[in-house]
Amino acid sequence: MRTVFTTLTLFALWLLMSGVYEPLTIGFGAISSIIAIYVGKRMNAIDRHPLEIHINFAKMATYFGWLMVEIAKSNWEVTKLIVAPKMRLRQNMFEVPYVQKSDLGQTIFANSITLTPGTITVEVEPGHFLVHALAYSEDDHEALADMGRRVAAVETSAA
Amino acid sequence: MLPVIIDILSWIMILTGGAFTIIGAVGQLRFPNFWARLHAASVSDSAGVILLIAGMCLQAGPTLITVKLLVIGLFLFVTGATSTHATASAALVSGLTPPVLKQKSGEDNSADKSEKPGS
Amino acid sequence: MMFVVAAFALIVAMVCLLVRLYVGPTVYDRVLASNAFGTQTVLFIGVLGFLTGRPDFLDIALLYALINFIGTIAVLKFFRYGSMGDVVKRPAKSEGE
Repeated sequence: MRTVFTTLTLFALWLLMSGVYEPLTIGFGAISSIIAIYVGKRMNAIDRHPLEIHINFAKMATYFGWLMVEIAKSNWEVTKLIVAPKMRLRQNMFEVPYVQKSDLGQTIFANSITLTPGTITVEVEPGHFLVHALAYSEDDHEALADMGRRVAAVETSAA
Repeated sequence: MLPVIIDILSWIMILTGGAFTIIGAVGQLRFPNFWARLHAASVSDSAGVILLIAGMCLQAGPTLITVKLLVIGLFLFVTGATSTHATASAALVSGLTPPVLKQKSGEDNSADKSEKPGS
Repeated sequence: MMFVVAAFALIVAMVCLLVRLYVGPTVYDRVLASNAFGTQTVLFIGVLGFLTGRPDFLDIALLYALINFIGTIAVLKFFRYGSMGDVVKRPAKSEGE
């Protein structure tokens, strides 16, 4: 079931990318999707780490919109820092605990922190991230904890 | 009427996207140490990429070109963050110490140019 | 016209990054600058496709984005672990890496 779905996804990607709809090209696409799945199966026999997705996609879209607004806001902050004639940086490293259960949720949270300019996830340690901030203030802890709660809300409970 | 609106919108997006790209690059030049430069790179990786790709999508219209642009945009969006994180974590592991605020005394550490070369 | 402006902005940004690539005191500054340079090259190839009216350039841009990411990760892995992941030289390495 999962294999068939992955093959169809790969084939759909081929159709979107090529844009040429002749029997020969479509045939090449089908053959290469099947070869890719075969190689993937062989690699999976060694790796044994299937990705499990426990994400509510409707909530994910809402979160994505919220993240865009956050990125816009913090972009403006960092832009002001860059173009200011005298730079006032307050660089700091601090720990941000994460509450997500699945690997994917933690990855989304860490990438969201990195995507908003001004904060960067530097290292992942058990129970918390090490975050580097460009213009540190005490409010950062609460803002990042809020983002973490939003990511945790996207996860479904199956994790 | 509609093409004019789309043209104006994509002009705005491409202009602001280009501006953010330049600002990110200027930030990489101006910031005093490696850890600050990471943040400058993330400006052009997020705002610059999103706005430029969105502006090009508006110009391309509903075709396969837009789909390709969106795939490129999504890929850059995810990998930009990942490679920034990878750079930061590799630098930390190899002993490039980040500047940390000193308790209460540190109001402004932009003059801190302490950089030790990696091992 | 608008793509000329975009291409110009990208070229200005790329020149700034080249300066940082040349100056950059540590190797990580250079990796960071070259990664950003690669991102801007991807965008530049896309803009060039629009300028010349040949949208096939987008395929090249996509390929360049993939190679840029893998190249950056490979270089960083090399600097971090001192090898490309073969465990021959380090028998005591833990399994999780």
